[in-house]
Amino acid sequence: MTTTTLRKPVGNPFGRFWRWFFHRARGDSPFKRILIHTALIIACIIAVYPVLRVVTISLRPNDTLLTTSLRIIPENATLDNYKEVLFGNLDQHRKSDFFLWLWNSFSVVAVTSVISCILAAVSAYAFSRFKFRGRSVGLVFLLTTQMIPAGMLLLPIFIMLARLKMINSPLGLIIAYAVTSVPLTIWTLKGYYDTIPIDLEEAALIDGASRLTVFTHIMLPLSTPALAIAFLFSFMGGWSEYLVARVVLQKNDMFTWPLGIFTYAQQFTVAWGKFAAASVLIAIPVMVLFLYSSKWLISGLTLGSVKG
Amino acid sequence: MEAQSIVRRLAPVVITAAALVGLYFLLQALIAPYAEGISLTSKIFFDRLSSIGKLLLGILGGLALVEAFLYQLFFRKPRNIGASIGTRILQGGIGLILLMAFVDFFETTDLIRLGNGFISVFFHFPLTMYASINSFLVATKAATTSNAGIFGGSTLVFLLIVTLVAIQWMSQPRVSRTGLAYLLVTPAFIGILFLIIYPFMFEIRLAFSNASLGTQATKNASYGLIYGWQNLKTLFTGNVAKDAKFLDVFLRTILWTVINVTFHVSGGMVLALLLHRPMKLRGFYRTLLIFPWAIPTTIAAMALRNEFDNRYGLFNILLGDLQNWLTMISQHTASIIAVGNAFNFLAQHIGPVSWKQDPFWAFVSILISNIWLGIPFMAVIILGGLQSISQEYYEAAEIDGAGKVQQFRSITLPLLRPVLTPAIILGIVWTFNKFDVIYLVTQGGPQEKTDILVSSMYKAAFEFYRYGFTAMFALVVFVFLLIFTLFYLRMSGGLKSATE
Repeated sequence: MTTTTLRKPVGNPFGRFWRWFFHRARGDSPFKRILIHTALIIACIIAVYPVLRVVTISLRPNDTLLTTSLRIIPENATLDNYKEVLFGNLDQHRKSDFFLWLWNSFSVVAVTSVISCILAAVSAYAFSRFKFRGRSVGLVFLLTTQMIPAGMLLLPIFIMLARLKMINSPLGLIIAYAVTSVPLTIWTLKGYYDTIPIDLEEAALIDGASRLTVFTHIMLPLSTPALAIAFLFSFMGGWSEYLVARVVLQKNDMFTWPLGIFTYAQQFTVAWGKFAAASVLIAIPVMVLFLYSSKWLISGLTLGSVKG
Repeated sequence: MEAQSIVRRLAPVVITAAALVGLYFLLQALIAPYAEGISLTSKIFFDRLSSIGKLLLGILGGLALVEAFLYQLFFRKPRNIGASIGTRILQGGIGLILLMAFVDFFETTDLIRLGNGFISVFFHFPLTMYASINSFLVATKAATTSNAGIFGGSTLVFLLIVTLVAIQWMSQPRVSRTGLAYLLVTPAFIGILFLIIYPFMFEIRLAFSNASLGTQATKNASYGLIYGWQNLKTLFTGNVAKDAKFLDVFLRTILWTVINVTFHVSGGMVLALLLHRPMKLRGFYRTLLIFPWAIPTTIAAMALRNEFDNRYGLFNILLGDLQNWLTMISQHTASIIAVGNAFNFLAQHIGPVSWKQDPFWAFVSILISNIWLGIPFMAVIILGGLQSISQEYYEAAEIDGAGKVQQFRSITLPLLRPVLTPAIILGIVWTFNKFDVIYLVTQGGPQEKTDILVSSMYKAAFEFYRYGFTAMFALVVFVFLLIFTLFYLRMSGGLKSATE
């Protein structure tokens, strides 16, 4: 049995920090390291500070909403805004729609993502593994759909939904969202399937498996990460969408959260505190999910849609 | 051992269930006291669930029927001549009914108008059939008027299934090599047909009409080449949304796209190069740097709009502080005349800016917002590309005595190309079409001086209700983008490897 000996820290604290910090600095001089870290820290501040400001505003008491202070945690910080956003203003019998908005958004976006992932997974497999007539035309066409300005399809879809009496219905919104996410999802998944060696499938085919079995038992399990990314992408795309929702949904009880929190901004006196509180409540879970999955996101992006 | 393994296997399920129950009670404890103030009730919750469930079931059922039909086309062949005739007749019948249903859909949504002639009666056959089944059901008291639709619909579906079973019974298997591919592509194709191709055709038709609020959208609109010409003429000579001219908006859009994409790519490149090295805190930096990408756009844009406030916004506070600071320095250095004057000059020219009222600064404000939002995405993509470049190239270059700049130019850039080309194309197209930031930060103001093409288009459609005009506008923009992309692809040969 070998005993693993922990190296005891030696030297003064500063020296220890120095060694820890430049531990892997082989190529670069300490000066250059410091320069790089400084640049990155500045970039991080630029990236994060505006987000922190939203938190700050949400914590401000209502009488000091407008201030030129740059402190991150304001004086007399309070959670009143959060309470009001979540549970409504009980005194005036005004109800809080916050959970309703979340449920509206979630139901629409989850269904959209499921539909587009299923459709895309299936057809991306066909595009990746079969040679059939219309294949490359189809692929280029899918990319062409990305050139269509958002406002362009919005108008006919709006008129179509109005004719089918689907305005103000989540179903209309589901349909409108699914369109925009399907083509790009197909591209992403097709790129990922292309990287999976075909030998596995051929072996299974020789052993007598059908094409369908190959797809469900080999391809789908192997492409789980890509599917997760595709799901996340279409989820994120729909989750914070504002403009299409504004056109399709016009009744208050159908609002998704982007429309909902805008009712705070459009009131006679803009309720920045409540707006910020609602934003923080919505953004935190999404951002945690996003940052947590960012590693896979990166690999999926480079393997998938943008593989030359 | 056996018992243990069962415990092991069930443990995750039990833990998940316990967590869910715990969550439920936690929610009960936290939210129930306030239930009065919350408008989401369990009734609304389950109503929504059931309506969405119905939609999913409908979509899946419809797709299953279409797939079964296609499956028989590709993978079955009739047993004998008699069966062959029967099969073809049945299949032709189903195909015809599908076609008629499509045409009916087109008419309901006003893409085509059939009038009242023979054609109309012919194509309305499925609807008539459906209606007559419904009225039959009501007449025989098998259903009430309220649920006749469900019964009538299920009768139709039942008939269809019976036909498919009959065809199946009359046929034998056949080998098809590409059949499966078509079967797999069909669902997505149907979706795209309904949601992209159909609206696109609708758009073209709308472009040659005078549809507007006055004509109740397409209800009383008239169509004709003359209207198309009028729309086109208004587009290039008249006002695009309210009082902006096409050429101005067009040039601004180009400027918007070029500046944004340049900053996204160069900023992303810098960040990626900084991050692409072994060092401490790398993951930490990366996590913080993709914050702008992770935060929902709507929230970020609104937050930034707040920061561009003239008095209380972050940017003007900082600029004001800078001005005060410069003034202070100029006072302290007044003894040295040149330096003092220089700082005085700076202090007079650097200061709070009217982000909302000045068109130039309003444009700068949307640029800042969109650049801030877009850099992380590019950085992540480029970082991924950098990681896929083998370190050996750089080692070889180092031995040959190439400098850092030369390495970057002759190794990094060329090897990044497969990643960069599609990213830049999509970046250009997306930025060209991206107007939620503009709409949320400045709403195109002041006086539509920060509108780009797509935001004017959105306004023309949904604020000024000029439907026919908007459709023509959209067509022109689309054609422009298409030409650009084809040109770019031809130049860079970008998509060849991906589609082959």
